[in-house]
Amino acid sequence: MNMRQIVIGASATAAVLSSLFNASAAFAQAKEQFFPVLVYRTGAYSANGSQWANGYVDYLKLTNARGGINGVKVSFEECETAYATDRGVECYERLKGKNGGGTVFQPLSTGITFALTEKAPVDKIPLITAGYGRSESQNGAVFTWNFPLLGTYWVGADVAIQHIAKKEGGLAKLKGKKVALVYHDSPYGKEPIQILQELGKTYGFDVLLLPVAHPGVEQKATWLQIRQQKPDYVLLWGWGVMNSTALREAQATGYPRDRMMGIWWAGAEPDVKDVAEGAKGYSALTLQHGAEPGSKVVREVLDLVYAKGQGTGPKDEVGQVLYMRGLISAMLAVEGVRKAQERFGKGKVMTGEQVRWGLENLNLDQKSLDALGFAGVMRPVQTSCLDHMGSSWVRVHTWNGSKWEFSSDWYQADEKVVRPMVMLASSKYAEEKKLKPRTPEECRK
Amino acid sequence: MLYRENGQFKTTYAADQQTFPIAQDRWAILAILAFAFLGVPLFVDEYLLRAILIPFLILSLAALGVNILVGYCGQITLGAGAFMAVGAYAAYNFHIRIEGLPLLLTLLFGGVAAALVGIVFGIPSLRVRGLYLAVATLAAQFLTDWVFLRVPWFTNYSSSGSVSVANLQILGWQIAEPIDKYLFCLSWLTVFALLAKNMTRCAAGRQWMAIRDMDVAAEVIGIRPMVAKLSAFAVSSFFVGIAGALWGFVHLASWEPAAFSVDRSFQLLFMVIIGGLGSIMGSFFGAAFIVVLPIALNQFLPALGRLLGVTVSTAGVAHAELIVFGVLIVFFLIKEPHGLARLWSTGKEKLRLWPFPH
Repeated sequence: MNMRQIVIGASATAAVLSSLFNASAAFAQAKEQFFPVLVYRTGAYSANGSQWANGYVDYLKLTNARGGINGVKVSFEECETAYATDRGVECYERLKGKNGGGTVFQPLSTGITFALTEKAPVDKIPLITAGYGRSESQNGAVFTWNFPLLGTYWVGADVAIQHIAKKEGGLAKLKGKKVALVYHDSPYGKEPIQILQELGKTYGFDVLLLPVAHPGVEQKATWLQIRQQKPDYVLLWGWGVMNSTALREAQATGYPRDRMMGIWWAGAEPDVKDVAEGAKGYSALTLQHGAEPGSKVVREVLDLVYAKGQGTGPKDEVGQVLYMRGLISAMLAVEGVRKAQERFGKGKVMTGEQVRWGLENLNLDQKSLDALGFAGVMRPVQTSCLDHMGSSWVRVHTWNGSKWEFSSDWYQADEKVVRPMVMLASSKYAEEKKLKPRTPEECRK
Repeated sequence: MLYRENGQFKTTYAADQQTFPIAQDRWAILAILAFAFLGVPLFVDEYLLRAILIPFLILSLAALGVNILVGYCGQITLGAGAFMAVGAYAAYNFHIRIEGLPLLLTLLFGGVAAALVGIVFGIPSLRVRGLYLAVATLAAQFLTDWVFLRVPWFTNYSSSGSVSVANLQILGWQIAEPIDKYLFCLSWLTVFALLAKNMTRCAAGRQWMAIRDMDVAAEVIGIRPMVAKLSAFAVSSFFVGIAGALWGFVHLASWEPAAFSVDRSFQLLFMVIIGGLGSIMGSFFGAAFIVVLPIALNQFLPALGRLLGVTVSTAGVAHAELIVFGVLIVFFLIKEPHGLARLWSTGKEKLRLWPFPH
């Protein structure tokens, strides 16, 4: 190829490129509420990531099929992060200003959440991290823009210990026990360590920390240690292929699966279905909901979205655990917008700042949940300026070899344990960043 | 016709030895710099700055560092990500542990720490070379990964292992807006690129190249391999360390060891190979190719799909991006094994003869 051809080719490509970008800019319509969707449908965590993404996008489609948010239609665009922080940041930058500005971001990655936590206050876009992210961001006075709705890892760890105590017959029985934490070696997996150690000190059990490197397919050494140390319980804080690998290794080492408990990210169909019988008895926490194929909202998705051939993913996955998580995550975002419209004008497109107010004053009672089709899927949520989590209800479900079944009552995190840690960690953050926590007066604005 | 040095007579040694002896080159560089400093801030939007230009500048700096070691001194390294991590975490620790340390010094100290670690991991290069050395430097990668994940002191006992910095400023200049960050990174890159350009023309650089071309012969003519190799490791790691500190402080602001994983090391090595070994210009080409191309493809493919009336799924785009990217790498390596920089210099040669080629 000679120079001339290269130059001509390059300029032709540039011309096509620029015209395409202009064309895509013309697509934007101002009257729509734009939801940027950060997803990972490729890479090591794609099996789990795409189910969540399908649920998320399907709910946005359902919202449009239901007539939008008080008439305001919803638009969205996906961006692939492959669970990598730098790609996530790029996606965030790409989508935040598009189509009149992003409404909320939900990165579905604790690493990306950490990076975006620094950017959200500058761009004034709220960040919903339902069931993940920074645990201390529950404190809305410091983390003005973060919303770890429905639960954080500290909630999860606390409930896991409560559940173990119940099985053992009381918190006092925990003394001298050994609990191993097999965790994904990333900010995600490390979140529960602090609270587990704290609880270990209080109740007198040992915590054994066993990190697993990304992506988690190499766990031989970890399970050798478990065989040697014989912990009484194993907590699994894994994601993607790491979960099924852990269950296989447990099967291989003969560690009883009914003594293993996963966080809500380690308790979905992709984690167990390849292991099937081998995972029988394994239980995991749930972020309130399990697999809910019979719920009203799922039927509605099937009727209004899939029946018209607009479904995002495979139909048989609708209603599975991670799909429901995506659905709920999108619902929380949409309801935040609806709440904001109540104050700032129904039928208008809300800005990020207004949506933040909506999320902060979210009050989904049983009646509104029933109306949305989430009856039996989740419990009411109410947030406030100081509490960005809303509720901390958790159930446990167990894999019976072919499906997940609920195996416990409702738990709630022990405020006496979690709250002081949240306050301590968030005030440390505020100090490092030289932030002034919001006062109750500022909250009312 | 335009690019020709006829008539540019050098009457002094200084004129003959200047960094860019051809007047057109000089003007072009000045024009590019002027455009980068003055023009770009006027034209580009925030997305371009934050998502493309800033990563490009920082990774160019890192690629420069890797090029010094791999391209000029011939020591293959797979530990570049490690030295970035050392730079970033060292700078972070200086930042939080020494109250009031100026930002410039913080970053420089980060670079110095990386240089020291680089020297230590350069020692095997005195005995092993080629692929064996690459494997030895891989040890640096795994060691730093382990250290920054496992030793809580380095991350200031952060519960999640993720660290963050904020409120960057130099003499009252708040580096908060993307444009400030861009100018800040650009200034670093300009200074270091000039430094690298000159270093490769002075005694040290010639020693490196002698070692690269044939180390026994270099030793015979009186070059000490230990000094040459270790200085290359030190200088290279210093550059890479500064780039790592900038990546953490300026680009990400909050990071975890995964930001400097072995993937990053490979990425940097590929930048240098695709851009052109032993060429300053090549580092920039390589960085542009690796940073910009995937993102451009990612945005271009759905747009192309829309034009043709097909909706491409997100996963489809991501896969296609990898495929096209891979094909382009293969294409360029076949067409020009010496990298994009060689294409550039061939172009310049042609331009010299234009419009009357032989």
